[in-house]
Amino acid sequence: MNTLILRTVAPFLTALMLLFSVFVLLRGHNEPGGGFIGGLIAVSALAIYGITFGAGAVRRAIRFHPMAIAGAGLLLAMLSGLLSILSGVPFMTGLWVYPVIFDVEVPLSTVMSFDLGVYLVVVGAITSIALALEQEPGPELGPELGREED
Amino acid sequence: MAANAPALTFIALFLPFLAAVIAPFLTRRFGHNAAWILALAPALAFLHFCGFLPEIVAGEVATGGYAWAPSFNLSFSWFLDGLSLTFALLITGIGTLIVIYSGGYMKGHEGQGRFLSFILLFMGAMLGLVVSDSFLMLFVYWELTSITSFLLIGFDHEREAARRAALQALVVTGAGGLSLLAGLVFLWNMTGVTQLSLLVHMGAGLRESPFYLAALILVLGGAFTKSAQFPFHFWLPNAMEAPTPVSAYLHSATMVKAGVYLLMRLNPVMGATPAWEILLPFFGGITLIAGTMLGLRQTDLKLMLAYTTMASLGLLVLLTGFGSPHAVDAAVLYLVAHCLFKGGLFMAVGAVDHEAGTRDITRLGGLRTAMPVTFCAALLAALSMGGLPLFLGFLAKEEIYAALWAGNPRAVFFTGLALIGNALMFALAFAVGLKPFVGPRAETPKHAHEGPAPLWLGPVVLAGLGLLAALFPGIAHRSIFSPMASAVAGKNVVIDITTLPHPGVPLTLSLATMALGALVYWRLADARALMVRALENLGPGPDRGFDHVVSGLVRFSVSVTRFVQPGRLEIYITVTFILLALTLLVPPVVFGELPGMPVWPDGILVEETAFLIIALIGIIAVLRARDRLTAIVSLGIQGFAVAVIFLLFGAPDLSFTQFMVETLSVVILALVMTRLRLSPADHRPAGQLIIDAVIAAACGLGFTLLLLKSVEGPFDSLLTDFFNAYSKAIAHGANVVNVIIVDFRGTDTLGEIAVVMVTGLAVLALIRVRADKKVESGKGDRP
Repeated sequence: MNTLILRTVAPFLTALMLLFSVFVLLRGHNEPGGGFIGGLIAVSALAIYGITFGAGAVRRAIRFHPMAIAGAGLLLAMLSGLLSILSGVPFMTGLWVYPVIFDVEVPLSTVMSFDLGVYLVVVGAITSIALALEQEPGPELGPELGREED
Repeated sequence: MAANAPALTFIALFLPFLAAVIAPFLTRRFGHNAAWILALAPALAFLHFCGFLPEIVAGEVATGGYAWAPSFNLSFSWFLDGLSLTFALLITGIGTLIVIYSGGYMKGHEGQGRFLSFILLFMGAMLGLVVSDSFLMLFVYWELTSITSFLLIGFDHEREAARRAALQALVVTGAGGLSLLAGLVFLWNMTGVTQLSLLVHMGAGLRESPFYLAALILVLGGAFTKSAQFPFHFWLPNAMEAPTPVSAYLHSATMVKAGVYLLMRLNPVMGATPAWEILLPFFGGITLIAGTMLGLRQTDLKLMLAYTTMASLGLLVLLTGFGSPHAVDAAVLYLVAHCLFKGGLFMAVGAVDHEAGTRDITRLGGLRTAMPVTFCAALLAALSMGGLPLFLGFLAKEEIYAALWAGNPRAVFFTGLALIGNALMFALAFAVGLKPFVGPRAETPKHAHEGPAPLWLGPVVLAGLGLLAALFPGIAHRSIFSPMASAVAGKNVVIDITTLPHPGVPLTLSLATMALGALVYWRLADARALMVRALENLGPGPDRGFDHVVSGLVRFSVSVTRFVQPGRLEIYITVTFILLALTLLVPPVVFGELPGMPVWPDGILVEETAFLIIALIGIIAVLRARDRLTAIVSLGIQGFAVAVIFLLFGAPDLSFTQFMVETLSVVILALVMTRLRLSPADHRPAGQLIIDAVIAAACGLGFTLLLLKSVEGPFDSLLTDFFNAYSKAIAHGANVVNVIIVDFRGTDTLGEIAVVMVTGLAVLALIRVRADKKVESGKGDRP
């Protein structure tokens, strides 16, 4: 879409929404939010960017193939679960540490890294579907129509 | 003692698998010499299992293992007694020789690494099978041997015959495996135990159970298919499409004995019943006679051996089920003797084939000077197979006749069967082990000469062992045969037969066997012609039947697929929603569970009403939309309104998710729409429109009724209280919804995100497939 307003606003909107998605992800343990919602917000952010500048621009912006992001997320979630086996407690038991950084106690846990994994899977999988639909020429469309953004 | 350390036994059980993993790399690095290194794996396992001998000879059993899923009573556990230890020693011992032999036989073949890997995989599976204590472990290894056998038979996968044989073996033994699984489940339900070591004490109750016969038939289904008993025998000769090391190892010495192993293992538990003593000798006897007669017809050395293997398996099944005092002793002796001589003969035949370029008996002759070592080994093995004195085969045959012979008609009948079978096997033994080497030198495709050491080492060792075991029967009986027979019989048994001929009925029968066998050998060509004529009159066998069954199955599944997968999206969606509506509506109506009329609630807030109205407006907009894009966006109105209602009722997490899902569904639906060449508006004929409307309304009504019904009952706050109480206390999180997702039910979430990921991949693949097709057809259009 080639409206001037959208082109001007989209980068800021995307950046803000991505930041917000991370915020929602991290607050999820105590306030409404979490990996699923955060991930969906991030996908919406990327969708706005894609609608404005095309799928190619999104691919360049996120650097990695979205499926690789999803795979990394699944791996992270799996490892978060396995870590507890290594510590001698059953699979997926949450482990917590409380390091003090700049005089602030920061609770970190395998639960959080698991949620981060959920976030990445949602972002990667749905983005890759959306990008594929947006970019590849459709079965019935000619290449000149499907590739107009590139 | 070191051998008792469970960890060592565990490693010994997994050594072959480990070797299988590194086999391709080693072969790439060292070529065919890698086999010498890889042979260390079975050799070490062999030595480890030898360490158990003193304990087993003393009459004890060795068990060990690790808990796997204790809540399901599942464990990875092994159980070594005389029976399983003998099998373990045969598998690893012959396996060592086979790996070395494969190094020579497959030298220079591009797939040698893969081949060695498969052989070692099979070895690990077979070893696991015979030492398994737990039923499930037995079954898993049982199936694993079928699968590795499939890979090995189909090794030469570019030939159609090999592919067909591989598939046939897999179908027959795989179906048998399922039957075995059902049988094991029966045994489990009847006795309540899942371990063979516990099962052996439960024979009395088991034999009287009303389900005994069902369990027996199911277990026999597994054992008979695996051990190629008539009428499931046809896969075994076809399996000779595999390279010779496979035939020697899987299809004579080890895998086909798995069925016999199972029967021997269950003999103390399920044996000594009328059903057992009728079914086993009956099928075993038929297999024995059919195998020898079919074998006589062949001119291919490998096929002759394959059919005698089938016959020998029949004899073993016959003996296991015969039930006379010495039958078990005879079965045990014959089993080990058969492994040694048949493995040796197969390897010798492979060496002849490898060096002379043919294994057609009519084109071979006079190889004794060209291949003296192979000749010696083959002859020694043939002497054992023929059952001549000084060889293990002789001891076995004496014991067989001693076991079978008695004064009643049943005994006379089966003695007669055994006599004919043994005589024909005698003739075939010398046809394979003697005939190619004597007489005038025949012209062969290759100039025959003695092969390298790996090719004759195996036959020499195995044939030599057959001689040594008979020359020193005391040691052999004490360390191997008596413990094994005790395990099979379920009581203490001492075998004391020696190689000194002692006059009696068995010796007379042995002499008669040799005389008859020698006669057939002398007139071999006539006997073959006779057999060919006789079998032609019998018509097609089960092998042809298998093809009919398979092609019928393919036709059936094609027609079923055409019916349920017509390929039109509208039909799929219509069927799905009709079924959904039926699922929602039929059970409440049939069981009288319809909800009562809901009471109109008091005090609905203005904003709640407002959002309900917005949702309704959204739906009306969808229905009245002129084009599809408007309809999709209008659907979003309704979704957002519902999300706000969630928020108003205090479910912020649900509401946020609903918002995001609505947004993204509109985006993705819109993207999909732009990819499909649809007319912008929706033009359905009126009739279709009515049908679709009815289906949609029925689904809506169904959900409404379901929801009304579920809020009708009193609210059970058990879970709510639990999560509210413990969310903060033990999971350190105040947001209960999120804590449930990532902590309390984290494993579910892990599964869900895996599904999300796989769905993403699948959608990606579908889009790509269509896009690629477009590109390809586009290329094709260009001049």
